[in-house]
Amino acid sequence: MSTPPLTSAVPGRRLHPLPLRIMHWINAAAIFIMIGSGWKIYNDDVIFGLLHFPDSLVIGKWAQHGLQWHFFGMWIFVLNGLSYLTYGLATGRFRRKLFPISVRELVATVGDALRFRLAHDDLTHYNAVQKMLYLGVILVGICIVISGLALWKPVQFSELADLFGSFQTIRLVHFLCMSAIVGFVLVHVTLALLVPQSLVAMIKGGPVVSDAKPAGAAAEINATH
Amino acid sequence: MLRTPTPSIFRPRRPVDQRVLRENRKLVEDIDRRGLLRGGLSLGALTLLTGCDVTEDQSVQKVLRTVSAWNDRVQEAIFRPNHLAPIFSPSQVVKPPRFNAYYDIEELKPVDGATWSLELAGLVKDKRPWTAQQIYQLPEQEIIIRHVCVEGWDYIGQWSGPNLRQFFERIGADLTAKYVYFICADDYTESIDMATALHPQTILATKYAGATLADPFGFPLRLRTSTKLGYKNAKWIKAIEVSNDFRETFWSKQGFNWFAGI
Repeated sequence: MSTPPLTSAVPGRRLHPLPLRIMHWINAAAIFIMIGSGWKIYNDDVIFGLLHFPDSLVIGKWAQHGLQWHFFGMWIFVLNGLSYLTYGLATGRFRRKLFPISVRELVATVGDALRFRLAHDDLTHYNAVQKMLYLGVILVGICIVISGLALWKPVQFSELADLFGSFQTIRLVHFLCMSAIVGFVLVHVTLALLVPQSLVAMIKGGPVVSDAKPAGAAAEINATH
Repeated sequence: MLRTPTPSIFRPRRPVDQRVLRENRKLVEDIDRRGLLRGGLSLGALTLLTGCDVTEDQSVQKVLRTVSAWNDRVQEAIFRPNHLAPIFSPSQVVKPPRFNAYYDIEELKPVDGATWSLELAGLVKDKRPWTAQQIYQLPEQEIIIRHVCVEGWDYIGQWSGPNLRQFFERIGADLTAKYVYFICADDYTESIDMATALHPQTILATKYAGATLADPFGFPLRLRTSTKLGYKNAKWIKAIEVSNDFRETFWSKQGFNWFAGI
């Protein structure tokens, strides 16, 4: 009996399958619209007296344009986000990529990162910090939609709005979620530019991965190379 | 035994023929990654710089306004006709309320209550105008509700005056009509859907915090509904029209959402 040669393995799944890449870039566009128009809306009645977003960074010249973009972008962000959540849960991607998160690994990765010794030779394995960041930004994304719904419809969804307390608290939560996403985007884009193959992988799909591949296997292979 | 190379995620499944690289060396050298990055960045910067102009572009406006009209329908669908907005205690009421109009308070032209009358038009059986005194004699309803402005600020206000549904029943308005228009003394126009007009917390306010409305806040008559953004609450009303025809109003003409529910 002969075993099939390893090189002719079943056409494997890409690190980032096509649907995921499409959703990633739609999300990038939606977040760009939501943040730019959100800053325009914020400027009309600032929460923090000193903080006013420069006109060159906001989307929309007049108040109505910021609002128009925001309530247009929300559909893209929410529908695309729901597809992403469904996809991540249904295909097991979340389970495979984001779990388990070990505290020991988290501490070690933070240490490595601070000493600029982060390993990024294996794109297919997320380190503990990446797992925390990706999981965290998903949760923030859910929170920004919930606070957004409460802001949009504090009367129709008064049960939801009541969870936050006052109307201004909802605005603050919505704003803080936005700040967290902006922070994430800055780190995410910086790292993607520092490790360009990760950016290429999000466009072309990246390496073929096998679902059965044990954790760390890729790193070993790479070490022999 | 011939050793099959271990598949690596970093190695193409089929090795690249080195001749290809040699023959296309010049082309490979021409692919300037930095140049591509620079180009991409300046394109990004260009879209940022022209962002405001793009929004006002006619075809962009068409898309955005179509979505806004779709959002009107979504809001109509999720509207709960008998769901009451949270109410507050008199101690939370802000006095005086906050002035807001499409002009500054210095340009305010007060309405003369003695000569003022409320005109009725459209699908209404009894179109006789109402004087302020006649309106004051109607039963009053008081609501202490949150005012939410589209800009993001809010305050708690205490409003009283006749309930709009009861007023409509009294004048024989067609309650199956679609829209209610408010024509104001300052040439402002607003309209609301009939479901909102018939909501239990929609009133024609004549008082704030128990006292006759002051001029800046809509004397002698203004709309106060708990389920709409501030700008839908027409002030200094001089006529009400019930209609099935949709017409754009002051802010919706300029691109603000028409339904503006909260």
